[in-house]
Amino acid sequence: MSILLNKDSRLVIQGMTGKEGLFHAEQMIEYGSQVVAGVTPGKAGQEVLGVPIFNTVAEAVIKTGANVSVIFVPSMMAADAACEAAEAGIKLVVVITEHIPVMDMIRVKPFLTAHKTYLIGPNCPGIISPGQSKAGIMPGYIHQQGTIGVISRSGTLTYEVVDQISKAGMGQSTCIGIGGDPIVGLHFIDLLTFFAEDQDTEAVCLIGEIGGDAEEKAAAYIKESHYPKPVFGFVAGLTAPPGKRMGHAGAIISGSKGRAGDKIAAMEGAGIQVIKTLGEFGRQVTESLKNGAKG
Amino acid sequence: MNVHEYQAKNLFKEFQIPVPQGGLAITPREARSIAESMPGPVWVVKAQIHAGGRGKGGGVKVVHSPADVETAAAQILGMTLVTHQTGPQGKLVRKVWIEQGTEVSRELYLAVVLDRGAECLAVMASPDGGMDIEEVAAKTPERIFTTHVVPGQLLWPFQARKLLFGCGLEPKQVLSGAALIQNLVRLAWEKEATLVEINPLALTTDGRLVALDGKINFDESALKRHNDIAALEDPTETDPLERQAVDLGLNYIRLQGNVGTMVNGAGLAMATMDVIKQAGAEPANFLDVGGGASEEMVTKGFEVILSDPQVKAILINIFGGILRCDTLASGVVAAAKKVNLKVPLVVRLEGTNVEDGRRILAESGLNFEVAGSLSEAAAKIAQVTGGAQ
Repeated sequence: MSILLNKDSRLVIQGMTGKEGLFHAEQMIEYGSQVVAGVTPGKAGQEVLGVPIFNTVAEAVIKTGANVSVIFVPSMMAADAACEAAEAGIKLVVVITEHIPVMDMIRVKPFLTAHKTYLIGPNCPGIISPGQSKAGIMPGYIHQQGTIGVISRSGTLTYEVVDQISKAGMGQSTCIGIGGDPIVGLHFIDLLTFFAEDQDTEAVCLIGEIGGDAEEKAAAYIKESHYPKPVFGFVAGLTAPPGKRMGHAGAIISGSKGRAGDKIAAMEGAGIQVIKTLGEFGRQVTESLKNGAKG
Repeated sequence: MNVHEYQAKNLFKEFQIPVPQGGLAITPREARSIAESMPGPVWVVKAQIHAGGRGKGGGVKVVHSPADVETAAAQILGMTLVTHQTGPQGKLVRKVWIEQGTEVSRELYLAVVLDRGAECLAVMASPDGGMDIEEVAAKTPERIFTTHVVPGQLLWPFQARKLLFGCGLEPKQVLSGAALIQNLVRLAWEKEATLVEINPLALTTDGRLVALDGKINFDESALKRHNDIAALEDPTETDPLERQAVDLGLNYIRLQGNVGTMVNGAGLAMATMDVIKQAGAEPANFLDVGGGASEEMVTKGFEVILSDPQVKAILINIFGGILRCDTLASGVVAAAKKVNLKVPLVVRLEGTNVEDGRRILAESGLNFEVAGSLSEAAAKIAQVTGGAQ
């Protein structure tokens, strides 16, 4: 059906009483996600949008059976919130918050791994399994239920790609924004592994950008594992100058590393069909699949 | 956020990392009196700008008397220093660092860096100090020794010893050097730096290790909890338009072309720049007004783009998302009227209520070109700028 998130997922929103948290909680409920709890320390006993608020994630888990957390708390407290969710037994933590200090993320990752909790983000739009559930801030209506998995380092660029795919007549199984920071939770490779096993995913789109080597690593994995499904790629930042941080903290060409051209070459070397013109993405992917593209 | 060499060295001192005695001057006269307060017989005058390669560009001079310090400072202060990192326009030198000369027997490389792949801090050392480390990594990777800092722990002494024995130091120097490396890691961790580099780290003729240069990059997301570090920012080091954009809360980077762009979201903004280039035109900037994009941010975005005299046309690419396109279109119209827009503008809107949004643009009486898709937007931009298609 999808990966990581489905119609049975029970969402707790950390920071639900804040402006962003409240707005997006309402959007998630409207989309059909099961939002079962909110957490704001010190505000237990309130009810917001008909959802009970708890002081701790542990209490929310016990009382409501929440198993996915979506975090909107401010940047300096967000790492703490992610660890709290993991300790409470939440199995998927989605961190929307941006500007989390990287030293915080260095400590968060081993903590979550020790608790066997998956992390998406930070600084990401979240995850959506169209028609089932949305744990994030993406506009729900551009998505269509279908068979294409989408993994991206960006927000609005993902919306652009998804919108084109939907308009070209195909839908998505699950779309994940992994986040634009130097250290993020689940990587391209983790998600490619999940999509490989998901019976309802027919093909995967990887939307990359300059900085780091996530695209190169994903390409190497696809090549070595003889990845069973067709993969389509896009890389933003061909015209980005070196040494400048292009909005995302992780989108920076340092020295000779992280260039778009190298990433595209690595992807093509692994048999990934890289779409160079963004405006053509949806059309080329759907046509290629109709013509029987193979992994 | 980058800091100057002298600021890095002051931090080194705070963390018990040995540096040569020195002082900061903004006039040649000051430079001379600083030199006179130090024993000599050799002094170094170093331009303080945020760029490497200062020596090759004429920004570092080794002299032998306080009088020569004054002369060298007079030459360097006020010069526009061009190095491989400043770009062709160079950087104006406003400050010089005057330093006691060091008698060097060997130069090493030492750095603490954020290792994105390993998701922790890494310490790198090389016996090939004073060289471009990227070049060493490419040509002789076996001459770089690396160890990783366990998250939340300090560096163990054995890790530091391994690096220094690898660089071929004598046992006595290894012991003092291990403390230096541990202190460097402590600095990076406590002050939240993603890069702390000493290149070169000198082994002096009398067997001491001294940091002859210093480069630090701090995590901007962490500055809120480090007022001391935030205070080190030198606003003159940033392009004035980029500085204005930061004050307005925008992500803006100035480029060389003539097509101004305004986009919501960093990834889409980069991709839009690429689209412009593919259409045969050149982007004048990267500008991300934020994934949410409000009328206020669009107005601010216009102000920044139009402050760049190079801009001959503007492409706005907004993916409406949760914010509705009609609201956004009204914002664009209001902003365009407010800033008295004179250059051609191509607008591409997508998202909720896009039809209403396009109608508002068309009926505004302003000279907008409305594009239905990204490809169409790029073609229109190429047309108005005369770029090939």
